[in-house]
Amino acid sequence: MTTSNDPAIELRALRRDYVVRGRRRTTADAPHETPDDPSRTTATRGPRRDRAALGARIPRGVRGARRAQRIIRAVDDVSLRVDPGEAVGFVGANGAGKSTTIKMMTGILQPTAGHVRVLGRRPVPERRRLSREIGVVFGQRSQLWWDLPLRDSFRILGAMHRLPESARTARLSRLVEGLDLQDFLDRPVRQLSLGQRMRGEVAAALLHSPRLVILDEPTIGLDMISKEGLRRFLREDREERGTTLFLTTHDMSDVERLCERIVVVNSGTVAFDGPLAGFRESLGAPRELIIDLAEPQERLTLPAGVSTLAVEAEGIRHRIAFHGSEMTVPRLLAAVGEQAEIADLSLAEPAIEDLVREIYARGR
Amino acid sequence: MAESRRLQARPSPADRPVSLLRMVATLYGSRIRSQAAFRASFLMDLLGQVLIVGTEFLELWVILSQVDVLGGMTLPQVAVVYGLGALAFGIADLLFGEIDGLSTAIRSGKLETLMVRPVPMLLQISSLDLSLRRLGRIVVGLAMLATALAIAGFSPTPAHLLLVVLAPLAGAAILGALFTMAGAMQFWLVDGREFANAFTYGGNYVATNPGAVFPLPLRAFFTFVIPATLVAYTPTLALLDLTGPALLPQWTGWLGAPVAILIWIVAALLWRSGVRHYTGAGG
Repeated sequence: MTTSNDPAIELRALRRDYVVRGRRRTTADAPHETPDDPSRTTATRGPRRDRAALGARIPRGVRGARRAQRIIRAVDDVSLRVDPGEAVGFVGANGAGKSTTIKMMTGILQPTAGHVRVLGRRPVPERRRLSREIGVVFGQRSQLWWDLPLRDSFRILGAMHRLPESARTARLSRLVEGLDLQDFLDRPVRQLSLGQRMRGEVAAALLHSPRLVILDEPTIGLDMISKEGLRRFLREDREERGTTLFLTTHDMSDVERLCERIVVVNSGTVAFDGPLAGFRESLGAPRELIIDLAEPQERLTLPAGVSTLAVEAEGIRHRIAFHGSEMTVPRLLAAVGEQAEIADLSLAEPAIEDLVREIYARGR
Repeated sequence: MAESRRLQARPSPADRPVSLLRMVATLYGSRIRSQAAFRASFLMDLLGQVLIVGTEFLELWVILSQVDVLGGMTLPQVAVVYGLGALAFGIADLLFGEIDGLSTAIRSGKLETLMVRPVPMLLQISSLDLSLRRLGRIVVGLAMLATALAIAGFSPTPAHLLLVVLAPLAGAAILGALFTMAGAMQFWLVDGREFANAFTYGGNYVATNPGAVFPLPLRAFFTFVIPATLVAYTPTLALLDLTGPALLPQWTGWLGAPVAILIWIVAALLWRSGVRHYTGAGG
């Protein structure tokens, strides 16, 4: 039985290998092969030793075949614990292992090694039971029925989840209101714009009021307004129902708007895991203060450790870089205020993209 | 009054979870409605199917205009086999015909969206891809069966009437299991559509021909390994009270239903291990 005290997601030393069967070649060729990225390819050998490495995973028919096999380790030693009610942004470059991790969490893929529990269940053997309690959006695939009005997709999914009629209509009217679906509810899905369709996808995943919502690139290709609408509703729904949110994205503003915690994966392993607030500081990336002066001034004398990045608009606008650990904004403003009158100011946080890049650079 | 009080004790229908039957009906119903939306193309597809089935039978007709009997059967008797086979195949094709597209669904990633829903994948594929134009074959098969039975001198006893209802259903179940097995193989084969089609259309060919035309080893293969002769040929022997060839005595006409159950057990196991292979090997 699952209890509410169970972690929503628990991954321990999770690993997943793919066997890639290459073209036919002799074993003698294999040592000369140089894979694109040696760190990702753990083995390039003839069939027999691969069999040993993978245990019984290779089907029997392969035994005699003289095919080069490469084992790609998509996920390597990922450990993660997400408590109920948390919102986690799971970010990383293409091919970092995000989607593979999600597939292992939803029961689509069996881990090669390691431990995975989602809402206290083992995803692969308990896939269908788990699917009643989680909502999944694959941003690049549709869950909806292409030729049917959007409304019908919800009716079918409601039937699949065996929702009572009253529960389905109540939930649907909440989703229609929150995601603003009213205008196109009766239009066939194939006629919807990408933004409309994606809102429909999210509604489809949330229809059965899942305890855990897994979103794989939910805002890919959306315009700013659609993105904002989607994020606003996801936040509202989470506040109302206390759901756990697990999100992968390329768009860092998704993470900033939706999550309190960020997990960065790189080459299949966790490169950073912590609160979003501490993410910037722990990396020590500089913050940027932009000051507009009342009167132009060519240069300001700044305290130690603080530097001018640029002076723009003929001495009106000064861009100043500083580290949060060494300098506070009031002290910096006081120092500037002694030299000139400040007309306006703004503070720019480092973009998470830059921070992730920084993590990747360090990992190398 | 007493009845309405009793009803109040239970939750009203709107508050009860959808029953399994309602869920299945909703899945098929929505698929049928979405196809009915394109009425003109549906009618053309249907007509095309009718023509295809008709042309296939023409082949047997041509043969029987040269010889009097085929596999010990006259033209009306062959037509009974053909009608029964077409009917069974039509039902199986309607419900399981789209399984041959599984490898496409695997490659496009569509399968993953089916996997995160709480409904068996086989039921989803069967209902979500149901193609109504396949009704054409069912209509032709039914018409041919009725006409041919009348011409061939069908004298029904209660047992015969039972068999004439049971045989198409059992035959459809056998062929449906074969389709499912061929579909399950696509979890292992990267591009298994052709392989699956060999099963589906090969099964149809064998099922709609008098089993006696096949030499003994083939006949044994299509009875004991792939039980296609039990779909239409042996039920026809029983229905028309004919003597069967070696290996296929008349009473084997009643074997359809028990064999259907057996082969479905095998098909279900194969499907399960196919899904397990997929989750293990990954796309």
